[in-house]
Amino acid sequence: MSHIHAPPTSSGRTRLHPLPLRLMHWINALAMIALIGSGWKIYNDQPLFAAVSFPGDWTLGGFPETAYKLHGDAGFGGALLWHFSAMWVLALNFVAYLTYGVATGRFRRMLLPIRISDILQTIRETLRFKLAHDDLTMYNAVQKMLYIGVITLIIVQILAGLALWKPVQFSWAAALFGGFDGARLAHFLGMMGICLFLGIHVVLALLVPRTLLAMVTGGPALRGAAVTRENQI
Amino acid sequence: MSYRPRKSTHAPETAPDAAILRDERKLIEAIDRRGLIRGGVTLGALTLLTGCDVTDQSSVNGALRTVSTWNDRAQAALFNPDKLAPVYSKSEVIRPPRFNAYYNLEDIKPVDPVAWRLDFAGSVANKTAWTLADVMALPQIETIIRHVCVEGWSYVGDWSGPTLRSVLEKVGADLTKPFVGFHCADNYVTSMDMPTALHPQTILATHYDGKPITDPYGSPVRVRTSTKLGFKNPKWVTAIEITDKNPGGYWEDRGYNWFSGL
Repeated sequence: MSHIHAPPTSSGRTRLHPLPLRLMHWINALAMIALIGSGWKIYNDQPLFAAVSFPGDWTLGGFPETAYKLHGDAGFGGALLWHFSAMWVLALNFVAYLTYGVATGRFRRMLLPIRISDILQTIRETLRFKLAHDDLTMYNAVQKMLYIGVITLIIVQILAGLALWKPVQFSWAAALFGGFDGARLAHFLGMMGICLFLGIHVVLALLVPRTLLAMVTGGPALRGAAVTRENQI
Repeated sequence: MSYRPRKSTHAPETAPDAAILRDERKLIEAIDRRGLIRGGVTLGALTLLTGCDVTDQSSVNGALRTVSTWNDRAQAALFNPDKLAPVYSKSEVIRPPRFNAYYNLEDIKPVDPVAWRLDFAGSVANKTAWTLADVMALPQIETIIRHVCVEGWSYVGDWSGPTLRSVLEKVGADLTKPFVGFHCADNYVTSMDMPTALHPQTILATHYDGKPITDPYGSPVRVRTSTKLGFKNPKWVTAIEITDKNPGGYWEDRGYNWFSGL
């Protein structure tokens, strides 16, 4: 009966990024881009900071033909429709991602622990352009910090978004940020933080294209104990 | 009196040419219905990533509208008719309030408070038009609440007047009907759900900071509600309609979410 104990075929093996994880990653990417693009459009109408506005070609939504005739600018009705649609995609997908990350042990395995000495070593390696990426299944300390950081930012961003969307019904959310204006500032800073992450994330992925490919195909197979939990999903 | 003129979708730098609006009204309305999204999407990255041209799909427009209708229902479910918005102290009130409309400040056409009448339409028992004295005869409440604009800015204002509930009860409006529509002297229209119209912080405001509302802010009577975005607070109200059919509104027909509850 040796075939029962035969190792799983290549396609059945648990990979670094299992299919549900890859789907959630790319759904999140699309929803986030739609939210940032439409958010920039909404922001541009009444900038929170006079010195900061976003290039119109990189925004999403609007009804330019009519709006130009009426007020000489593009308006943002379409941007609101995009923002209030994509927010559901992002939030539901993000809850699924957090549930998956905790239930499979992926967060514990991939993101923890972070040691100060590891961080310092990774920074030294980065400065010498010798960033270790021999084993894609192990994140270095800077990667761990970036991923934990952006997950935290998205949580703050969702809370600030709830406070702006429903400052009366969810007055507790507005109170977390010291009121409506605080939530507005937090939502702006959270967006800036996520954009900063996005820039670093994309540049690093392009510098080490195997990592980008892994998020499409699944990447290398996992070995040992790490497999057991995620295998069950 | 000092205003704070700022560039905004609602208050443009230059007033639209009235002739264009008049001559091309049919075209403008047709474009609004057809092309809300098409041509408005310029995010090249999204097109590249999805491999489909999101700028040329009326189905995208339709899908977003469907979600917006679903958002109306979600917000109606979230709305708690007994939940009061935070109220503020007199020291936080700005004077004057902030002006915003779909046209410029200098294009305001003041309404004569003496000649002003409030008409009632739809499911209302007594459709006799009201004068300002009729509004003032009802018990007045004062509420210091935050005005939140869809654009993101907000301010604290001190508004007084009878609750809209007391007005609707007085004229024998059918309070089981789902929609309340508002028509204004500047041809602005908007509407709200009945539960919001009956909320204790929804008033027909006649006074700001203890003094009669001045021209730019909706003299003599406007709606102020603590649980809706600013564009759901019509100024210079001249008619109230109680109806089964959602009356929509000026901005609501241009992509702003209808419920827009806070």
